[in-house]
Amino acid sequence: MRLVLEFSGGMELLFGNQKTVEADIPVSKGQQLTLAAAMAWARDNLLTERPELFMKGSSVRPGVLVLLNDTDWELCGELEAEVAEGDRVTFISTLHGG
Amino acid sequence: MSGSHEEELARLRAQNAALQRECDRLNSRFGAPAEQGPLQAAAGGGAVASDGEATAVASPASWDGLGHGLTKDQIARYSRQIVLHSFGVQAQSRLCLGSVLIIGAGGLGSPAALYLAAAGVGRLGLLDRDEVELSNIHRQVIHTEASVGVHKAVSAARACRALNSSIQVETHLEALTPANAVQLVRQYDVILDASDNAPTRYLISDACCAAGRPLVSGAAIGTDGQLTVYCHGDDGPCYRCLFPEAPAAGNCARCVDAGVLGVVPGIIGTLQALEAVKLLSGVGEPLSRRLLVADLAAGRFHAVKLRAKSPACVACGSAPAITAASLPQYDYTAFTGQAAANDAAPLPLQLIPWEERITPAELQQRLASEPGAVLVDVRPAEQYNICHLPGAVHAPYKHFSRHLDAIQERLAAAAGVSLPPPAAAAGQQGQQDGGGTEQQDGTAPPPPPLYVVCRRGNDSQRAVAALRAAGISHGVDVMGGMEGWAREVDQGFPTY
Repeated sequence: MRLVLEFSGGMELLFGNQKTVEADIPVSKGQQLTLAAAMAWARDNLLTERPELFMKGSSVRPGVLVLLNDTDWELCGELEAEVAEGDRVTFISTLHGG
Repeated sequence: MSGSHEEELARLRAQNAALQRECDRLNSRFGAPAEQGPLQAAAGGGAVASDGEATAVASPASWDGLGHGLTKDQIARYSRQIVLHSFGVQAQSRLCLGSVLIIGAGGLGSPAALYLAAAGVGRLGLLDRDEVELSNIHRQVIHTEASVGVHKAVSAARACRALNSSIQVETHLEALTPANAVQLVRQYDVILDASDNAPTRYLISDACCAAGRPLVSGAAIGTDGQLTVYCHGDDGPCYRCLFPEAPAAGNCARCVDAGVLGVVPGIIGTLQALEAVKLLSGVGEPLSRRLLVADLAAGRFHAVKLRAKSPACVACGSAPAITAASLPQYDYTAFTGQAAANDAAPLPLQLIPWEERITPAELQQRLASEPGAVLVDVRPAEQYNICHLPGAVHAPYKHFSRHLDAIQERLAAAAGVSLPPPAAAAGQQGQQDGGGTEQQDGTAPPPPPLYVVCRRGNDSQRAVAALRAAGISHGVDVMGGMEGWAREVDQGFPTY
């Protein structure tokens, strides 16, 4: 399944400094792809360093906002949200500087 | 319920006091009689309250403005936004009666304070505990070279008053703490989070929840910015609704370490001023339940949709654990795992035995007397490229393990030209030249001396420990790092 993965607020540093990745994630026939699975795939296939800055357990680490098509994943079902062909999944690290 | 009444009362009292001060100021400027009520005086000659009779008596007012209360001077000064169709005289009037507290007079607070002063916000509070440093003013443009060493709140207030002498500017020179936060926030209508660290951001958000104030939150680092409005309306979330669990301390990049392009906080701080103007005036759609994400390297602004407030939120939910009463006891350092440190240097740590550490002055002596010594500089490339000691091996601590081979190679190469190091006890001097002849046959010569340096002396200790773990056990840390070197040895060495 083709997805667009976006990394911002410093998350891109964990993914080889890529802000946007067009990913093709293998999904078995008849199966749905969840945000949890997409995230694990990104960790296993795209992450270049320090996985603990991306995930904590099976979810994102505290301080990271996840968006599905520009909407807070909390409004879409969080880890269990189903993603569809062409969807955009964004990981934003919250900033503190000023 | 009585709590919210008290809060409303406190707010009205603060507003009343502000109006009274404005009245006194105008009276002293125009010599008007002091017995006039505060609102009448502020309303430009009492034309509003007097139903036309004012023109018949001694009052100077000969015009009526439908209750907006602005003076002739105010109308002239703010005319460009007053004539704006979507803004108008009532919105300006609300701005002139309103108040904003800006927490942090730094990169975000600088433009925010200037624009809010210029726009005519009636009362502006500026809170910062730090003093202006030269390395601040590439982005903290409210300060000048002449204000280096001056309290930031004082310096910023000076600039705001110079820009607009008709508004009240208040300074708060103390840090925001759990003890004072709610009481400070209550004195203002809108709060701007222009701070620079996670514990303070949680504290500000909690205080705004407890005091019932909308919060305009901005953040910037590198070339990225973020902006949103918390604690607004019926469903606007607070910071904790979004991030109930604090990020680990190591995940919070700071401007002092990660860098920031000056104009980036300038843009976000300017947008914070805009949101405050919208909230005070009631014009436009505040950025509640939306997060504006600015990737300014790519030139992209992007607003994303956020969740509503959480009923289970400990700060703004239906049964909050953090209230005006309990907040002063809350331990933000424990919650976030970091002190409310700011742009200041991290505390010097003691991570390895003292015997493995030397001062910059000792390093200078040793480098002069040990031609084969290897110096490893573990700072990031951006810092190493600014300035480093001649011949230093660059091995950034972030990817230290990748550089172990290069360090080994350098040690091996140095062994060829190396004099034996001084006796094991650190600091002992006076080993004779040609001491190599004292080697007994069959013993491997001791490795060349190895020194490790970073910016301030924390990462270099970690690197010495990492070297030991990798089997290189004779690394010596330089206390105070290159900053110490610049202080003790070479004052011409650039610091940043």
